[in-house]
Amino acid sequence: MSSEPPTTSVDGPGDTRRHVVVIGGGMVAQRFVEALRSRDTDGAWRVSVFAEEPRKPYDRVGLTRYFEVRDADELTLGDPALWDDPLVELHRDCKVSAIDREARTVTDRLGRVHAYDELVLATGSNAAVPPIPGNDLPGVFVYRTIDDVAALRGWVEAKREAGRVETRGGVVEKPVRGAVVGGGLLGLEAAGALKALGAQATVIEFGTHLMGVQIDLGGGQALKRLINDKGISVRAETATKEIRPHRRTGHVGRMDFADGGRLDVDVVVLATGVRPRDELARAAGLETGERGGAVVDLTCRTADPHVWAIGEVACIEGRCLGLVAPGNTMAEVVVDRLLGGEAVFPGADTATKLKLSGVDVASFGDAHGRTEKSVEIVWADPLAGVYKKLVMSDDARTLLGGVFVGDAAPYASLRPMLGAELPGDPAAFLLPEGGGAPALELPDEAQVCSCNNVSAGAVRGAVTEHGCTDVAGVKACTRAGTTCGACVPLVTKLVKTELTKAGVEVSNALCEHFELSRAELFDAVRGADLHTFSEIIARFGRVPDGTTDAGRGCDVCKPVVASVLASLGNGHILAGEQAALQDTNDHMLANMQKDGTYSVVPRMPGGEVTPEGLIVVGQVAKDFGLYTKITGGQRIDMFGARVEQLPQIWARLVDAGFESGHAYGKSLRTVKSCVGSTWCRYGVQDSVGMAVHLELRYRGLRSPHKLKLGVSGCARECAEARGKDVGVIATDKGWNVYVGGNGGQTPRHAQLLAEDLDDAALIRTIDRFLMYYIRTADRLQRTAPWLDDVSGGLDGVRAVVLDDSLGICADLDAAMAAHVEAYEDEWKAVLADPEKLARFGSFVNAPTTPDPALAYVPERGQKRPATPDEVAAGAFDPDLVPVVDAPVLVAGPTLEVRA
Amino acid sequence: MSTLAPTPPTSAPPVVAGPCWTAVCPLDALVPERGVAALVTGSDGEEVQVALFRLVDGTVHAVQQLDPYAGANVMSRGIVGTRRGTPTVAAPVYKQVFELSSGRCLEAAGKEPREGLSGDLASYPVVVADGVVHVGLG
Ligand SMILES: Cc1cc2nc3c(=O)[nH]c(=O)nc-3n(C[C@H](O)[C@H](O)[C@H](O)COP(=O)(O)OP(=O)(O)OC[C@H]3O[C@@H](n4cnc5c(N)ncnc54)[C@H](O)[C@@H]3O)c2cc1C
Ligand code: FES
Repeated sequence: MSSEPPTTSVDGPGDTRRHVVVIGGGMVAQRFVEALRSRDTDGAWRVSVFAEEPRKPYDRVGLTRYFEVRDADELTLGDPALWDDPLVELHRDCKVSAIDREARTVTDRLGRVHAYDELVLATGSNAAVPPIPGNDLPGVFVYRTIDDVAALRGWVEAKREAGRVETRGGVVEKPVRGAVVGGGLLGLEAAGALKALGAQATVIEFGTHLMGVQIDLGGGQALKRLINDKGISVRAETATKEIRPHRRTGHVGRMDFADGGRLDVDVVVLATGVRPRDELARAAGLETGERGGAVVDLTCRTADPHVWAIGEVACIEGRCLGLVAPGNTMAEVVVDRLLGGEAVFPGADTATKLKLSGVDVASFGDAHGRTEKSVEIVWADPLAGVYKKLVMSDDARTLLGGVFVGDAAPYASLRPMLGAELPGDPAAFLLPEGGGAPALELPDEAQVCSCNNVSAGAVRGAVTEHGCTDVAGVKACTRAGTTCGACVPLVTKLVKTELTKAGVEVSNALCEHFELSRAELFDAVRGADLHTFSEIIARFGRVPDGTTDAGRGCDVCKPVVASVLASLGNGHILAGEQAALQDTNDHMLANMQKDGTYSVVPRMPGGEVTPEGLIVVGQVAKDFGLYTKITGGQRIDMFGARVEQLPQIWARLVDAGFESGHAYGKSLRTVKSCVGSTWCRYGVQDSVGMAVHLELRYRGLRSPHKLKLGVSGCARECAEARGKDVGVIATDKGWNVYVGGNGGQTPRHAQLLAEDLDDAALIRTIDRFLMYYIRTADRLQRTAPWLDDVSGGLDGVRAVVLDDSLGICADLDAAMAAHVEAYEDEWKAVLADPEKLARFGSFVNAPTTPDPALAYVPERGQKRPATPDEVAAGAFDPDLVPVVDAPVLVAGPTLEVRA
Repeated sequence: MSTLAPTPPTSAPPVVAGPCWTAVCPLDALVPERGVAALVTGSDGEEVQVALFRLVDGTVHAVQQLDPYAGANVMSRGIVGTRRGTPTVAAPVYKQVFELSSGRCLEAAGKEPREGLSGDLASYPVVVADGVVHVGLG
C-alpha cells in the first residue's frame, strides 16, 4: 500500500481522509463497503461506489425470488442506512468508462473525472452469450440482473395473454413454450422460474448430464428424474445450432439442434455461463487471466499497488470464481489490507446448493473424485431419485468431498468437515436419517456459513462470549445464515448444543407456573377436558421450590390459558373464573391506550360499510368526543373512550348492527380486500364477497397471536394479501392461498400453500391451516415464525392440511365447525348481562365519575392526550373530557340497555 | 403516605370508624383476582385513586391506582397472580410486576418510572368489616 499522503480530495481542502473508489455496485461491492465502514472506526477512508445498474446493490443470489416478491426493493442487500453514511457515496446508473492509473483517476459515463487513492474493481461478470445464430432475437434472454428477469417476466406474461382464446367452453390458454440453454445451477433455476411464470420449460444441456460442474454422472441421472418430476424436460448431449425467428412475428420461434432435432419455442433463456467484466482492467493495461479476469495475488492486489480486484472479476489462483462467498472473502481481505492488516485469501469454498424448490442438490469439495487414490462411497435409490456420494482419502477416513441429490440433509453437517477425519464408518452418513451416523462435533475452525464466512467457533462464541440466547440473536451477531439460509439448520443445532452446555436450559416452559409450552398445554387441556384455570394449574402447574402449591399464575400464563380455553370453545371470555385470566385489552373488550382510556373498533367485514353505518360511527365519535382514524385493516378506530363510556358506546353501535371487531384480542382482526370483480375492470373473482365470508367465518377465533387475512381479486394484489397470515389471490381458475406473511418489525411475504382452489376447497384449506396453527404454535408466535419452527416447515404444513398426513383433518374441521357454530358477539352478550356490565364502572364507589387525571389538547381538529409537560403546565383543554348526558349503564335490575 | 393507620389486629373486631378509614364497597362487588378502582378521600381532603384486589382466599389488597411507569391510572386493570407464592399484580401497560401486600416492584421490565414517581406502589391497609371493604388512607 502507498505510504504517501492523500493526493486529492473532492471534498475540498481540509479533508485528510483517503479515498477508495469501487467500480461496480454488486454483491461484493456491498460487502466491501459494509466491512470497511464497520472496521474503519476512525473514519480514515471515504469510499465512492460507481454502479452501472440504477439501484442499490441487491441480492443477485436471490434473483429468482423476484418472481415471487415482484418488488425489486425487497432484494436490496444489507442495511439501507449504509448508503446514508456521510463517508459513503453511491453513484447509481453511473458506469465507469476509463481508468487512468498514472493520474489515479477514473472517468464516469458523464465524463466526470474522480481521483482515487486506492481503486477496487468489483465489476462482476456478464452472462455469457454463446455464439449461436439468432441469439439476439426478441424473446431471447439472459439471467443476471433485475432488469433481465423483469424483461423475461414481461415477455412471458405478454405471450400468455396473447395465447388466451375465448371459446364457447370458456377461456383456453395456449401454452407458452420455453427453453433454457445450459443445464447448470443457473439454467435449472431459470427453468424453475419459467415454470413458475406459467410457461413450459425444456433444458438443453451440451454435456452428458445436468450440473456437470458440480456433480458426477450418477448424481446427474438422479437429478434428471427429479427435474422431470417438476414438469421440466431435459435434453442432454444436445448442441444448439441455430435459433430461428417466427415467420410472421419475427420473435423467437424455433431451435435447431446439431443432431437434426428441433423445438418450437416462444421464449429462450441463455444460461451457459458467465464472462468476467475485465474490459476496464484490460484497457488500463492490467494483466488478465487466460479465461479472463483481472489477475490478482493472494492479497487481491493487481500488479498496480493501488488497484485491487474482488468478486467474480478477480482472477485469483489462476481462475475466476462464480460464487458470492469467495467474493465476500476477497472484500474482507482488501478491507483488512487498506486498514494495515495482513490478511490473505485463504482459498475458495466452492460448495454449492441448488435453489430450486423441491429439488435437493448439493455438492462440496472434490465432488468428482479427482484427488489421487481417493475412494468413493455411493448410496443410491434410483426409484426415490436419491443419490449420495462421499469422496474420501484412500484410507476412507478423511472427507474430501460429497454429492447429494434428492436428499441434501447430510450436506449441512458434512460440508464443514471437509478435510477432517470422519468418526466411524463414512457409509453411515449416507443412510437415510436415523441410520446411525455418529454425532459430529465440528472443530471450531470448520466453516459453518460459507456465504458470510462464519466458523463453528464464531457461532459458539456468540453464545458463550456475547451472551446470545437464541438463533435469531446469533444470526444478528455473526451474520451466519443471513444470506442463502442453507446453513441455518446447522447453526440452530450448534446454538442449542452450546446453550445446553452453558447450563442455559433450552426450555420452552411458559413461565414459573408451567413447564409446558403453549402447544403442549393446549394438548394437555384438550386431552384432560379441563375448563377452569384452577383445575388446569392444579393439574399441570409446577410447584416452585420453597412453596407448597403452584400459585395463581401470572400475566404470562393466564392469558395463554384464556386463549387456549377460548380456542376450545369455553363460552364468553368474561364468564366466570375466565374473566380474571384475560389480558388487559380483553378485560374491557377494547384496546387500552397510553392514558388508560380505550379505543373502540367495530367490525366492518372485508372493509365494507354502508353509508348509514358510517353515519352512526361518525355520530358516536362526535357525541363521545372520540379521536377517529382509519386503520390499516380497512376499518375505523375511535380513541379516547373511558371505561365507563364503553357500554354506552357499544349500546349505540350494536343497535346499528355493528359487532365487536376484536381489535383487542389475539384473534382474527380483519380480512382486507380489494374491490374485486364486482366493480373492478381487472378483477377475476369477487374478492370482497370472499373476504366478507371469511371474516364472518373466523370472527372471534382466538389464536396464539393476532391473525390478519387478505383477499385480492386478481394478480395485481391490491389487498396486499401476501403481507397477511393468510393471503388469498384470485386466479382465472379459482384462488391461490398464501400463508405466513406479516408486516411489522420483520416483514415477511406469505408463501404459496395451494393453487387454483375452488371456494369450498379454499375455505377447507384455511380452516385447517388456522386450526393447526392454533393448536401447535407457541405463545405470541405469528404464523411466519411458526412456519419456520413447525415440523417439516411449509411442506410439512401442506402435507397436514392438504394430504392429511397426520390423520387429524377431521378433527380440525370439527373444531372449526364448532367455532363457527358457537360464535356470539362479545359486546352484545355483555350488554345483555348486568353482572358483566357492572365491571365497566370507572370507580367501584363512583362508577360514572371520569378519571380526574385525564387531560387532552386539540390537534388538527381532534383531541390527543396531553403530554406530562402540558399537564404540569396546565396547558390542556378541560372541555375535551365531555360528560355525556346519557342514561348511565351500570348494573342493576332496571337497566335499560337498548332502545 | 407517611402516616398510615396501623393495621388493626385480626383477632379483635376491627375498628373502622374514624377519619382515616373509608368504606368503599361491599366485598361481593369484588370479583376474585380482578381489580377495581376506588376514589378515596384522605384525611387531608385530597382525593386518591386506589386499586383494590380480592384474592381467591378472600383477602383484599389496596395499592395506588397510578401506574408509575406509564403515568396512567390503570393498576386495577392488571393481571393478578403469584411470584414464588407471593401475590402480585402486573401493570397492564408495560408489565412491571408488583407485590400486592407491600407495593414493592419485583420486576421493572427494563423501564424507569416516570420522572418524580417512585418505582414502587404505595400500599394501603384494608379491613373487611360486616361484608364491607374499608381502606385506611391516614
Ligand atoms: C440467478 C443467479 C443465481 C445465483 N445463485 C448463486 C448461489 O446460489 N450461490 C452463489 O454463491 N452464487 C450465486 N450466484 C452468483 C453470485 O450472484 C455472484 O457470484 C455475485 O453476485 C458476484 O458478485 P460481484 O459483486 O462480483 O458481481 P455482481 O454482483 O455481478 O456485481 C457487479 C456489478 O458491477 C457493475 N459494473 C460492471 N462494470 C461496471 C462499470 N464499468 N462501471 C460501473 N459498474 C459496473 C455491474 O452492472 C454489476 O451490477 C448466482 C447468480 C445468479 C445470476
Ligand atoms: S451458507 Fe449461506 S447463509 Fe450461511
